[in-house]
Amino acid sequence: MHVTIRFFASHREATGRESFVIELEDGATAADAFACACAEHPALGRAASAVAFAVNLEHVSPETRLHDGDEVAFLPPVAGG
Amino acid sequence: MTRPFVLSSEPLDEVAVSQVVEQPGCGAIVTFVGRVRNESRGDVVERLEYEAYPEMVEAKFEEIARETREKFAILGVAIHHRIGMLEIGDVSVVIAVAAAHREPAFDACRYAIDRLKRIAPIWKKEFTPDGAVWVEDRP
Repeated sequence: MHVTIRFFASHREATGRESFVIELEDGATAADAFACACAEHPALGRAASAVAFAVNLEHVSPETRLHDGDEVAFLPPVAGG
Repeated sequence: MTRPFVLSSEPLDEVAVSQVVEQPGCGAIVTFVGRVRNESRGDVVERLEYEAYPEMVEAKFEEIARETREKFAILGVAIHHRIGMLEIGDVSVVIAVAAAHREPAFDACRYAIDRLKRIAPIWKKEFTPDGAVWVEDRP
């Protein structure tokens, strides 16, 4: 399956990308997608101290299983307001 | 007509945000205005850059408004947040809450800004004389 990864803030700067599409095995989780992205962009692993996950605009746990076409976002600690 | 939930790269208008929630039965409107200040944890701040996950912010603002309506006796809530490069004194966020009476309006406004800071996918980069850093070490 293919999922779209979105990067923001420190992650976007670490990877130099806003988004890209990765291929994962069926049954892969949000955490698996993150590990895959870190393998491709080692700077991401160094930048991401406390990443949270969102799938299709909803916060999810790292164990959440992904589906083909999902949009997966790795969220650095937020600081709005 | 101003919308209730807005992420904008243009300056925010706090009066327009409060007008979104006003209605005949409302005896109180509490508006929270967040501004860029020139100091953070002892460091001089020269400007701030805000970045967001825009599609998700809209969903989260609606979720915060729904929660706030469930917890407090209010008539309406509007949330506007700025993104992009902001200078000292610029308004970064406006939350307006309308209620029949002041007490739920104050409480709900406080709740809404606290929730925004915790769950809205918005990030802030501080520019200081020593360089720029993403703020990631506090809720």
